[in-house]
Amino acid sequence: MADESILSDELIRQLIAVGEVDILVGLPTYNNAKTVAQVVQAVRGGLLKYFPRDRVAILNADGGSKDDSPMLVQAASISDARNSGPLQTLRTLHCISTRYAGSPSAGSALRTIVSAADLLQAKACAIVSPESDTISPDWIDTLLRPIYRENFDFVTPVYRRNRFEGMLVTNFLYPMTRALYGWRIREPYPTEFSFSYRFGNQTLNSDFWHQDPGQNSPELCLTMAAIGGGYRLYQAFLGPKARVEQAAADLVVAMRHTVGTLFWSLAQNSTSWKDTTEIHALPSTGAEYEVTTDSVRVNRKRLHQMFCSGVAELEPVLSSILAQQTLLELKRLCTVVDDQFHYSDELWVRTVYEFAASYHRAVISPDHIVQALVPLFRGRVYTFLMDNRESSESEIEQHIESLCQTFERLKPYLLELWATGQGGS
Amino acid sequence: MWEMIVTELNRAMHEFAQAFARLLPRLLVLLIIALVGWILASVLKAILQSVLRLLKFDRLSENAGAAELLKKAALPTSTELLGRLVFWVTWLGVILVGVNALGIVELQDNVARFFLFLPRLFVALLLIFFGMLAASFFSRAALLTAVNSNFPSPRLLSYAIRVVIIILAISMAFEQLGLAENTILAAFSIVFGAMMLGLAIAFGLGGRHLARQFLERRFTDKKSQEKREDELSPL
Repeated sequence: MADESILSDELIRQLIAVGEVDILVGLPTYNNAKTVAQVVQAVRGGLLKYFPRDRVAILNADGGSKDDSPMLVQAASISDARNSGPLQTLRTLHCISTRYAGSPSAGSALRTIVSAADLLQAKACAIVSPESDTISPDWIDTLLRPIYRENFDFVTPVYRRNRFEGMLVTNFLYPMTRALYGWRIREPYPTEFSFSYRFGNQTLNSDFWHQDPGQNSPELCLTMAAIGGGYRLYQAFLGPKARVEQAAADLVVAMRHTVGTLFWSLAQNSTSWKDTTEIHALPSTGAEYEVTTDSVRVNRKRLHQMFCSGVAELEPVLSSILAQQTLLELKRLCTVVDDQFHYSDELWVRTVYEFAASYHRAVISPDHIVQALVPLFRGRVYTFLMDNRESSESEIEQHIESLCQTFERLKPYLLELWATGQGGS
Repeated sequence: MWEMIVTELNRAMHEFAQAFARLLPRLLVLLIIALVGWILASVLKAILQSVLRLLKFDRLSENAGAAELLKKAALPTSTELLGRLVFWVTWLGVILVGVNALGIVELQDNVARFFLFLPRLFVALLLIFFGMLAASFFSRAALLTAVNSNFPSPRLLSYAIRVVIIILAISMAFEQLGLAENTILAAFSIVFGAMMLGLAIAFGLGGRHLARQFLERRFTDKKSQEKREDELSPL
């Protein structure tokens, strides 16, 4: 039996009024007035176009927005219904907005939606980011069809990105998840995804909802749960990824949500990843990857400088995390001039694995371990930028593939560190 | 005359023999209590060390920076040190209880005072240990934040935070022990005040432009007009 305590009485009343549905689209919001109306219209368009005969509902879980995001969600759904033209649903398309209890967090928002999907017995539920201003109605079909029509359990997206966007995904999340769990999931930390009733129902009682990783990055926890639980996975190409403005300081937060959660999950799923040796491709729709080669403005010199100052200043911290040889190589990198700087795949993978093992051994506070990786990641970003300055789409993919293979080749090193508890000098 | 001397000597010898006969069982009791105390202290030491090893206390003290200090002072590991402390405090305590059995009034007062002092000693030691743990944690947090924000002189900032917290912990421990309370309080106030004044002057003179920029960013909408240095989204 799913835990429904997260749902308020008022929301339960509204959900009971809706009754059972076939499809639920969840929209977690918190101060997203700029883009949310556009997203709701696309969602509604997709539901009217592709699922006109099915019982569908949209649920907006809001964290207490001060910019009237929930009102915009309601307004957008009404205005769109009036102007939908030839798109007509045969049933009422319900749109509910609710304010979940507690402070704004992705975990509470998603848990509310998953609980509601469970209560409504939705056969398929899609989560859509309110910031995805590049969304089209087709995304709804692409996300929901594999669940609703083909009995898959969890659908992750593939986006078209600029070659230098999402480097935390291409240089860390994707290759490490692939090497450890054996699935080629391009976006393990998706902003859009969908899941089946079976998956939602069984995941509701998971412990991660009550822990920091589940509160901060539930999307990654759900992906890990889908992999670890042996569910039927699917991958769908959606289109261009929405560009969210990021300040330099946001990198620390992004790394907490991704690196921290993935490291944390290693201890939770140790039986699952330790025995995995084969790499599987996922059943998929559309391209497996797509990158654009538009130029982007980035201060490479600053990245290099922050790597070098980070290694120098954090030496006492790094020495408790990294093996002596790895630290020596990093220090040597700081002595070379920036145009000869090269943070190799092998050194990066060893660095990441030693950090993962140290996180497991809790040599220092877990959050401090993740923060100590930030300047090193900047060095890796610098190398990736330099290596791919002139690269074509296929060359960039080759570089990412090569990094993935290095992660796979060095997996025994992580297993050894994990078993022996070695690491910091 | 001679007889008187002999009589007095006999009486003295007799009294000494009587006193010794009265004291001997008490001395034996003291020895037995000391022996039992030694066994008890050894057992307590062994139990404590096992528990501390299970709790990975050495790693905790490494994180707190205490292990490094102990190493520098050529002292054993923190687990061994705490074990020894418990051993000696227990044994000494039990011996003092045994001393009570001798019935010497002056000693009994000192024994009572010693037992009243023990809890304060433990609290003081705990204060120092947790102070060092907090100093290590917060100084590392400051170092990482400063490095990731590209803040100038991150190690200096980290070191300053560490020193302030350790001084605070030591002064609290001394206050707990009741040692030089006024001196410690005055010393702490002077050191802390001097540091804050120094920082204020340094920031006021050296960083007034930075402060102005910060305040402008905080209270105006200038932030949105700023050019972003990095346009890359990591996710």
